[in-house]
Amino acid sequence: MNGGHDIGGMDGFGPVQPEPNEPVFHSQWEKRAFALTLAAGVAGGWNIDMSRFARENRPPNEYLTMSYYQIWFAALEAMLKERALVSDDEIAAGQTLKAPKPVSCILKADDVARVLYHGDPTERETKTKPAFKAGDRVRAKMMNPVTHTRLPRYVRGHLGTIDRVIGCHVFPDSNAAGAGENPQWLYTVRFDGGELWGADADPSVTVSVDAWEPYLLPA
Amino acid sequence: MAYDQHDHDRFELSETQLRVRALETVLTEKGYVDPAALDLLIETYETKVGPHNGARVVAKAWTDPAYRARLFKEATSAIAELGYAGRQGEHIVALENTPKRHNMVVCTLCSCYPWPVLGLPPVWYKSAPYRSRAVADPRGVLKDFGITLPKDTEIRVWDSTSEIRYLVVPMRPPGTEGWNEDKLAELVTRDSMIGAGLPKSPKDVK
Amino acid sequence: MAHAHNHGHDFHHEHGSELSEMQLRTRAIETILLEKGYIEQAAIDELIETYEKKIGPRNGAQVVAKAWVDPKFRKWLLEDGTAAIGSLGFGGRSGNHLVALENTPLLHNMVVCTLCSCYPWAVLGLPPLWYKSAPYRSRAVADPRGVLKDFGIELPKDTEIRVWDSTAELRYMVVPMRPAGTEGWSEEKLADLVTRDSMIGTGFPKSPKDLK
Repeated sequence: MNGGHDIGGMDGFGPVQPEPNEPVFHSQWEKRAFALTLAAGVAGGWNIDMSRFARENRPPNEYLTMSYYQIWFAALEAMLKERALVSDDEIAAGQTLKAPKPVSCILKADDVARVLYHGDPTERETKTKPAFKAGDRVRAKMMNPVTHTRLPRYVRGHLGTIDRVIGCHVFPDSNAAGAGENPQWLYTVRFDGGELWGADADPSVTVSVDAWEPYLLPA
Repeated sequence: MAYDQHDHDRFELSETQLRVRALETVLTEKGYVDPAALDLLIETYETKVGPHNGARVVAKAWTDPAYRARLFKEATSAIAELGYAGRQGEHIVALENTPKRHNMVVCTLCSCYPWPVLGLPPVWYKSAPYRSRAVADPRGVLKDFGITLPKDTEIRVWDSTSEIRYLVVPMRPPGTEGWNEDKLAELVTRDSMIGAGLPKSPKDVK
Repeated sequence: MAHAHNHGHDFHHEHGSELSEMQLRTRAIETILLEKGYIEQAAIDELIETYEKKIGPRNGAQVVAKAWVDPKFRKWLLEDGTAAIGSLGFGGRSGNHLVALENTPLLHNMVVCTLCSCYPWAVLGLPPLWYKSAPYRSRAVADPRGVLKDFGIELPKDTEIRVWDSTAELRYMVVPMRPAGTEGWSEEKLADLVTRDSMIGTGFPKSPKDLK
């Protein structure tokens, strides 16, 4: 979706401001919000692409003024409500009002280290062949799905070069929509700064994205 | 929210009111602005210049074929014939709606709008939902206005990125044969001249 | 929800009232999820402990230090980041597909996630706030030299800058150049020079004189 998150190249946000000796979490609630998101994901059964879409799917004016973990938490509440695991009145009351839905699995403390260490690999076996090879010129499609995609607006329609064929990976556009993993060939595509930003752009700069085959056309 | 949203708005409003008043006081005291001029500016756009101007232009185009031709050939001068001209209307283009084509006007980048014929734009025209969706999903926007056009109607969206200002000339409603310009003007709504609405029909007027 | 005030540089710090609002909301969700048996308290605590204390940039620093002293490891790292880094015991969540990017005198790499905050947790821990915030996300791809300036860094005009937008599950870490004057140093001592920012591409490693 063309949401408030897709901000590559947007102006007006001011300088980057690193915080010296920044703590991992800025408050207690941030710690809880972080851990709850990871743990509830196991119970809720959603995938990371659905999580990302839930975060992007804030009104842009809210997204751009919410803090990082406020966005995470708002997305968590939305996903829990969507799946009828928690209701608005329960959130308002701060306690359970109706019986829990059965879930297939929850994250236990003993599993944490193993689950984190295993992570969530997205590469999948395939019998198909990649359409492109390193060095090929490609054009990022002009596409504007209202659902989740990982093709940022600033590259759409632009000409780039295949830097590398990465492998066959879960396709987030399908996975986020609950339409299955639908793995697709994934490439690193590199764009000249001038192609993206115009004739006045810094000639020493190139930008790459990792793009799945459905995002690309031969140039 | 820790406190009521309305309290929040009231707090914001009075903060802004104070700032506006402070600036007006200082500018007036320094002689940079003339308070009478300020009042006149407000009065002009609150009461004098408004969509009733554009409604007269459209009503005349409906009844006078020669005027209609002049309007579509060169709208700025045709509109000036009726005494409407000036700020944010120095270069007006009239857009003809037909059974096959519907025009819609937006300013995605800010709020450009043909002031001399329509007055100041409504909040919805200047707000993010219209500005972001008119160019991507005009049929969806029309639905928000309760309008569904036939699937094969061409929809032309005009993004007012320059100083050209656009005025939609909607189609004359049926059942108005023989009506005079004043009565016809009552059917021409502001939204129909933006392209987000259709004119009233005779039964809507009493 | 959040106020639309313009706090300028303070935009990510919450008011007192917002802080207590978030405390209440997270507590409510945590209570409900515990009561319904969807989560386990000890798992929540373990998750927090892991990312606050156990996994952090020290992991990546060890990878870089090893690449500096061991040419075979360096080669392996640049060819197959996941496997090479995995051999040191690092991997897993947000580190299943790791790519190491080599800085050279002619080429500087910078990593960003314009769309959200994708970051190689397995080697760097959780990302800093600036990495996840709009100024970096919006400007890194458009004006990387301007961003480097915000970090006090200026590169020669003819240095190629490659910006990598982490749009898929690949996670990138930069292998910065080894500082001069470190001949014969042990891996452990070298790791002390490797800063988190140097592995993102917004900084350089420390030099020997910076260490005491």
